[in-house]
Amino acid sequence: MSAAPESRVRSAIPAQTLPQAVDGGQADSRPIKLKATGIDFFYGAFQALHDVSIDFFENRITALIGPSGCGKSTFIRNLNRINETIRGARCEGEILLDGENIRDIDVTQLRRRVGMVFQRPNPFPKSIFDNVAYGVKVNGLARGKRAIEEKVENSLRRAALWDEVNDKLHKSAYALSGGQQQRLCIARALAVDPHVLLLDEPCSALDPIATGKIEDLLFTLKDQCTMVIVTHNMQQAARVSDYTGFFLLGKLIEFNKTGVIFRTPAQKETEDYITGRFG
Amino acid sequence: MSAPASIGVPARKREGVFLQRLKGGDPVAHAIAWLAAASVLLLTVLLVAELWSQSATARHAFGFGFLWSTDWDPNARKFGALPFIYGTLVTSALALLISVPLGVGAAVFLSELARPKVSVVLTFLVELLAAVPSVIFGLLAIFTLVPLVRDVIGPALDKISDVFPFFAGPAYGVGLLTAGIILAVMTFPFVISISREALLAVPREQREAALSLGATKWEATWDAVIPFARLGILGSIFLSLARALGETMAVTMVIGNDPKIASSLLAPGYTIASVIANEFTEATGDLHLSSLILLLLALFLITIVINAGARLLILATTRQGSAK
Repeated sequence: MSAAPESRVRSAIPAQTLPQAVDGGQADSRPIKLKATGIDFFYGAFQALHDVSIDFFENRITALIGPSGCGKSTFIRNLNRINETIRGARCEGEILLDGENIRDIDVTQLRRRVGMVFQRPNPFPKSIFDNVAYGVKVNGLARGKRAIEEKVENSLRRAALWDEVNDKLHKSAYALSGGQQQRLCIARALAVDPHVLLLDEPCSALDPIATGKIEDLLFTLKDQCTMVIVTHNMQQAARVSDYTGFFLLGKLIEFNKTGVIFRTPAQKETEDYITGRFG
Repeated sequence: MSAPASIGVPARKREGVFLQRLKGGDPVAHAIAWLAAASVLLLTVLLVAELWSQSATARHAFGFGFLWSTDWDPNARKFGALPFIYGTLVTSALALLISVPLGVGAAVFLSELARPKVSVVLTFLVELLAAVPSVIFGLLAIFTLVPLVRDVIGPALDKISDVFPFFAGPAYGVGLLTAGIILAVMTFPFVISISREALLAVPREQREAALSLGATKWEATWDAVIPFARLGILGSIFLSLARALGETMAVTMVIGNDPKIASSLLAPGYTIASVIANEFTEATGDLHLSSLILLLLALFLITIVINAGARLLILATTRQGSAK
């Protein structure tokens, strides 16, 4: 209450050693796309995140792992300010997108630049075409029927879905399988040309084959945007990501290159979790 | 009682297997459910058969012409349904025209915008409103709405009657407009209450999907939440329509009870339900009584046609892709 809005309320507990994405002192060659510093997050009186700081590098995939309820989803939901729509939610700390505080960016602009894919496929009850076209239309990114059609086709191609749906674009999105629906949601997010794509456990409702397709897709999208993927599946994190952050009880325990986290974790908790001794 | 004995005694159990299974209830439950379902059909058939046979005299006398004849003169033994059908449809349409936009708007407010405490209190009031007996609404209308229409709304509407000819003419206070407004007030809680439930049932992810694409709060509500809830909202509209078509007491008290087809909404009219309530007990002769019952059959038909239309509308809108 009394704290000025710009002041970052730090937890009194000394922060654990938080290596800022260093691997033997070597920083990434890519610039920092998204920088979160000292994030505390509250649902009403309950503090869900404690002083979390992470740098996300451009065109890299960062995986956030940890047990259920550790705050990893809560964390990425702050990156596009979607948590603000929850009553009683409060986020403290600073998040910079390309060096600009996301609180100073118009929220609709921010969310266009920072797209999101959700845990369960959530297409709109509309046709496949209208699902993808929605973001384009609402942001006015393309004018005229032809331009929108092009945008939709392009997005579906980028999401590796075009070949499966090009003959039924005006069918209901609900006629697709779960995996296809999730790729449709990715296409829908890609249609507004986001710089950052947040994926909140995008494969948790999918079978292994559909999961494989989504993972392949993430690789092809890497040169187009920066991705943050929340997953409870450690193999998935190891397969797809360049960086991995491990969350436990609302704290970021460790953050480093994926290889380091999985081979030589610095923290005992991380090691216990990735070796399955967590409990 | 015999529970301990039956443990590990399968032979004994097998003897009573039929009775046990019967007690277990599947066949019994099946039979009860079947009967319950059958009674719906039975009631409908009985209703139609009764209306059909009781209206025989009028049907033979007038045939289908009854439906579009505009004369209703018991003394001259002339009976026609059109003024009543007209009054019923016009007042119901008016009611929905007013209550649907207001009701859906209020439902959006209650489910999306209002603080939880405000929402709980208002929802309680809305449900209270839905339970108020119609005669009370009728009295309310006589004391407040009728003078208001006569002295304020009517004269004001008369001024714009050059553009909207259906507002022309003197306002008596009682009439189609007044009945439409009171029906709107009565159907309003239904629209709110059911639409609100439908809106609350929309998954969070739908709204968030729209928001995460850069939609504003309003756009997310309008483009994602309301379309997802549209079946429930349509349901609320048709339930309201059913109530408006059949509402008797309040309408009878304020519509003016004049079997004429007036082009002005300010003029008095009559509805099917009202004329039955007014004339049934003092019907002069068989033909009159039979005609009233034939009117009921017409009302029944209107309801069926509208409900079938609603089904078709829902089918047509769901084909495009629906949340089911």
